[in-house]
Amino acid sequence: MNLTVNGVDATIESGPLTSLLDVLRDELGITSPKAGCEQGGCGACTVIVDGEPRRSCLTPVAAVDGASVTTVEGLGTPEHMAPIQQAFTHHYAAQCGFCTSGMMMAAQAYIDRGGSDDPGAIQEALGGHVCRCTGYVKIIDAVGAAARGDSFDLTVTAAGATMTNLGGVA
Amino acid sequence: MASEVLLPSSPAEAVELFGDGAGTTVIGGGTVVVPEMTYGRLHPKRVLLLTRAGLAGITVEGDTITVGATTPVDALLELEDRVPALAACARNVADYEIRGQATVGGNLCGHGDLQGCLLALDATARSAGRDGERSEPLEEFLADRSGRLLLDVSFRQPAASAFVVLDYPHTHEYTVLAVTGARTADGETRLAAGGVAGPGARLRSDEALASDPDAAGAAAASDVTFADDALASAWYRGQTLPVLVRRVLNQLEESA
Repeated sequence: MNLTVNGVDATIESGPLTSLLDVLRDELGITSPKAGCEQGGCGACTVIVDGEPRRSCLTPVAAVDGASVTTVEGLGTPEHMAPIQQAFTHHYAAQCGFCTSGMMMAAQAYIDRGGSDDPGAIQEALGGHVCRCTGYVKIIDAVGAAARGDSFDLTVTAAGATMTNLGGVA
Repeated sequence: MASEVLLPSSPAEAVELFGDGAGTTVIGGGTVVVPEMTYGRLHPKRVLLLTRAGLAGITVEGDTITVGATTPVDALLELEDRVPALAACARNVADYEIRGQATVGGNLCGHGDLQGCLLALDATARSAGRDGERSEPLEEFLADRSGRLLLDVSFRQPAASAFVVLDYPHTHEYTVLAVTGARTADGETRLAAGGVAGPGARLRSDEALASDPDAAGAAAASDVTFADDALASAWYRGQTLPVLVRRVLNQLEESA
């Protein structure tokens, strides 16, 4: 079996019923997709498969043989973050960070399919994602800002606090 | 871990590999079966993975609509104009991502959020198994589907349809209680409930009273056995069903 993960072709050795999540994490060492509930209920494992957000924990790898998979590692780099990553940073949309990868991939797919900054539409698109820090307001703000195409000052949060640990990174 | 994984590339190959279904675990979208394997509750010896079996897609011929077994639940939203109740029912299933992966056949044969709606549409189930291929009312298929591989469901576009659900403030709960109504061009009204005990159920005594929503609502409970679980007690479902029946009948009347 083969996958193209973040633009890189990979031959897959895992068994055909191995979940895409386990293939990404254990075989390919790509650890942004998280193993949360592993029954499709939390959204922490969501990646983009051929343009659509999918729960990697529910997907036997044989079902996506030949597919193109994008994870957070394929969105941007610490030096050149993608707009959705900048939005999450500026809007302080991550607390513990466990749900963040899945949230960002669902948000990226939502924006890619033309999603607007309407909070109701964002809630619908991210409805399968659980944040146990309950930081939903800032997540929805961040996705809305990215959907609008806002520019982000990464030296300061949306609330006005200075982000020293990110100084010079943009 | 399964010893054998079969990936048919056509409906005919899927039917042949399924055979009589003995010892075979069928995976459509994987949203129900894969967690069972992940948590070690299921150790399938032989898996039929239908991803590439060519069983997905919706076709409309005249007023007959056919939905392939591996059509993603999300695709039913395309039928919004033709069958609003089915689109509303599909939209009530899980969340955007699950709807894109879960299949109509998997839902019908599994947790069954779509059962009640397709019963109200008087759908025909086409399946294959030991005795070859057969088409039968969905109600009969659901009553005994052992050894059968669902291929598609088809139904005639109703003149009007309505779906009312007991909404639950959580994306992922299975349907607690829902009622679908469908009215044919010649005025026949069919009602069915989902989220009751067992498969979805036609509400036949209500159908006879369809012209009187209050009486139909009051009669609703006699057609079903209510599930009594963590989502809702049987008492609560019993109190709610007449209200949903009344609302569906009123909506059908308004859309007529």
